[in-house]
Amino acid sequence: MSVKSSLMRFILSILFCVVSNICFSQECERILLGEIVDFHDNTPLLGASITITGRSNTTTSNAEGKFTFKNLCNGVIELEVSHPECKSEFITVEIKGDTYQKIKLEHHLEELDEVKVVGSSVINKTASSQEESLSLKTVERFSGGSLGDALKQINGVSSLNTGANIVKPVIQGLNGSRILILNNNVRMQDMEWGEEHAPNVDINANQNISVIKGAAALEYGGDAIGGVIIMDPLPIVNTDSLFGKTQLNAFSNGRGGNITSSLVKSYSSGLYLKAQGSFKYLGDLESPDYLLSNTGIQERGISLTVGKREFIQGWEAYYSFFDSDIGILRASHIGNVDDLIQAINSEEPNVINAFTYDINRPNQEVGHHLGKLNYYRRFEGLGKWTIQYDFQRNQRFEYDIRVGDDADKASLDLRLKTHTLSTDFKWDAKQGFDLKVGLLGRYQNNFANPGTGVRRLIPDYDKYDFGGYGIAEYQLKDNIVIDGGLRYDFTRMDAKKFYRDSRWEERNYDQDFADFVIEDLGTQLLTNPVFDYHNVSATAGFKYDLNENHVVRFNYSFSNRAPNPSELFSDGLHHSAARIELGDLRIKSESASKFSASLERKSTDWGYSVAPYLNSINDFILLEPSSVEFTIRGAFPVWSYRQTDAKLLGIDVALFKNWTDRWRTDHNFSWVRGHDKSTDTPLINIPAANLNNTLTFTDANWKNLRVALESQYVFEQKRFPPNISVFSPEQQQEVELDINSPPEAYHLLALDSEIQFSISKTNDLTVGLRITNLLNTEYRDYLNRLRYFVDDLGRNISIRILYNY
Amino acid sequence: MKTNKKSMKTSFRSYALCLLFIPMAFTSCSDDDENPVPVDEEEVITTMTVTLTSSGNSTVTLQSQDLDGDGPNAPEITVSGNLAANATYSGSIELLNETETPAEDITEEVEEEDEEHQFFFSTGGSVTGATYSDQDGDGNPLGLSFELSTGEAGSGTLQITLRHEPKKPNDGTLADAGGETDIAQTFTVTVE
Repeated sequence: MSVKSSLMRFILSILFCVVSNICFSQECERILLGEIVDFHDNTPLLGASITITGRSNTTTSNAEGKFTFKNLCNGVIELEVSHPECKSEFITVEIKGDTYQKIKLEHHLEELDEVKVVGSSVINKTASSQEESLSLKTVERFSGGSLGDALKQINGVSSLNTGANIVKPVIQGLNGSRILILNNNVRMQDMEWGEEHAPNVDINANQNISVIKGAAALEYGGDAIGGVIIMDPLPIVNTDSLFGKTQLNAFSNGRGGNITSSLVKSYSSGLYLKAQGSFKYLGDLESPDYLLSNTGIQERGISLTVGKREFIQGWEAYYSFFDSDIGILRASHIGNVDDLIQAINSEEPNVINAFTYDINRPNQEVGHHLGKLNYYRRFEGLGKWTIQYDFQRNQRFEYDIRVGDDADKASLDLRLKTHTLSTDFKWDAKQGFDLKVGLLGRYQNNFANPGTGVRRLIPDYDKYDFGGYGIAEYQLKDNIVIDGGLRYDFTRMDAKKFYRDSRWEERNYDQDFADFVIEDLGTQLLTNPVFDYHNVSATAGFKYDLNENHVVRFNYSFSNRAPNPSELFSDGLHHSAARIELGDLRIKSESASKFSASLERKSTDWGYSVAPYLNSINDFILLEPSSVEFTIRGAFPVWSYRQTDAKLLGIDVALFKNWTDRWRTDHNFSWVRGHDKSTDTPLINIPAANLNNTLTFTDANWKNLRVALESQYVFEQKRFPPNISVFSPEQQQEVELDINSPPEAYHLLALDSEIQFSISKTNDLTVGLRITNLLNTEYRDYLNRLRYFVDDLGRNISIRILYNY
Repeated sequence: MKTNKKSMKTSFRSYALCLLFIPMAFTSCSDDDENPVPVDEEEVITTMTVTLTSSGNSTVTLQSQDLDGDGPNAPEITVSGNLAANATYSGSIELLNETETPAEDITEEVEEEDEEHQFFFSTGGSVTGATYSDQDGDGNPLGLSFELSTGEAGSGTLQITLRHEPKKPNDGTLADAGGETDIAQTFTVTVE
């Protein structure tokens, strides 16, 4: 084992020993104090140059070997440390509050032409918009949960759930296709259009996670009306080393757990290899009073990376596979509107079976393959050119309770394949000015297997995207940065879809879209709708450092989103949801104008941030209950997509205070009001206001003990669209279907604690205990689609063991 | 240094070529020019026909037919005639899937899986009661055959619900039986 690798391990263990705070993520006023010494004799090294990779910040060490960086965000950064007489080092440092880091360089070893590495991206993607990231500690705390669960730690982020295992992130009130997820720089294409479709990502694969609230990050897409979630790998350092970590989580609720492990081998040549795998196994979950039958989950994830990073050029090949089998609450499978009325009125679910790990019907099985190749090259005096190709294959099976020969047949069988080729060039030669331009081409094919014996909910289609953008950032003055960008996207949707004659006529498509019909099969028509969308997006904003502690940001973004296949084409009965969903061929792109601002104050003692926003969306596409249709099985509520002009007004407020070295409190509040301007009614599915308070005790002197008590208060959503009235065949009268009424407010407590043991110089062990819903409170959440049927989760005691080696 | 640069150039070229060709290799094998095939809908019940016979009275049929399934059209309900007052009818139920030609007889499927099915009857007005006259393999009621009784002349309703995977045995109410609804139709009849 080389000296380097043990140094590496030493640094890593420091990194993981840093006492964790609770998430107050937008802390970009941190100070890093570093000290550079000779590895051999510990003498201070003067004149070493230290650069944060990916940023232009550079400093040199003074006569005592010391240097400082100010205005850092919490998170992991990578430093390049070079000295005329030393081999350059690349060091990852976790910034957790004001941080001290000792760095040892191998003096005497003269090597010319040592290169800078290309930065991984922990720094802000934009200067002017609201961005927050999760600390590695937080991500590890949610290692056994889902991405959506972890992201809820960020103020202003909530989730739309189907039970506890299907968790879709909601950013400042918006979800689904309005949120882009960048998984290791690949935009996820995993049928994000469905309310019961969770992101197919393993939270343990790429643990550097941040959220951009809004559409300002134009390089990722012009349609991120809600925001962008970025999942990047942790930085790997160019040294000869081998290290890894394994985490085990056990849960009382669900009586199972998960394990995840990763191993990284890196070489000083810049070559690196990484392998990571996860496995999760949980049985039926429990509410405080009863078992939630058929809510188990099994997940498998694997990711492999090989690449080489040098200053001039580098490449990376990445492959990941994520597979999940998720049980859908048995009691949520209902027949018709009478069953729904009965479920809403009944206190307890209609099916409670004995505990099992088996996943029965209804359930969904989703597999997602992702492959990526990229290459970059730097041009002296100009900048950096990158090209990337990625491929994704998403296979989704949804199983319903069926009889006879079809019992094991999926009711929905969709295969979505996406190829993307993208390239960009970043001019960064001039200090204080960055310009990035890029192009993107994408081809997507969806295949809906007719072998299901159930009419296709989403049709076969080909989709073509072409985009081009330019973004720039300019340091106007020492304390003012302005940024802006422009993007154009073309989308062509070319679908082949069967319509029942009766539906085609009921929607008046026979008058408006007669040209689309390519074949008449008697009772149904085969149609070929082709739509082109031209969308322009733009953003501009500034960041202004008022003084040492205060920062003001302002951003305006204009974004356009082409409708997704579900919004255009949905046509059918969702058995498990007992609802008919109808898309509309007339739906056009929605366009959003979002103003966001923030005022932040940070110091070691205390800080706050106040971040209001106004998102005005024209032709906002929404899905809501609209009417009832009768079939031989009874009556079904119809959920239709429609467009309207909407306004979302909200605010995220956060405050923290370090009372002593050991005691800290955090207070977060977020509120959003969604309004339908055309009908003058509230928007559906807008998260209720919530208030989170956390009290944390840490003791750095005793095994890095950390104990936190978290309180979460979720208000009742008082603003919701009116319920619909339906004719109940069972009751032979019109009744109000209580489908939109939100549940009551609730308050939950959670306890989280953690200690660390040093096993050897290079290995350390973290043991944590987390109890959620400490008081076993009965509650239902407005944004959980299963709220009609059952209470939410009861108490869950979990233990986590993390071993770094 | 020179050799270094050269090798860099070649490797760059090969990368670029590689990247350019991969997508083509993938897209060229997609079969997007063929039209999709229509889905054969299975386990669909489009039609329920209830035949009521009683000696000395004319046979009455009640039918609910929904040929577009989950489509926008509501089922067509027909009642062939009026029921006699103070009479007992034997009823039998036939289920069909008429989206197929010839129509598929779903009655047989229900008979085969009789332990997993049960009809429930609810009567009102001048229709005074319905009782089971058949049983499944376990001796629990099924309801493909039943007896219907009428009272004094007037208007009455007969509500028929077919539940799939109900709790069996149950107390005869829909609430206790649970399961999924395959059919739920209400007929309004005149008793004279």
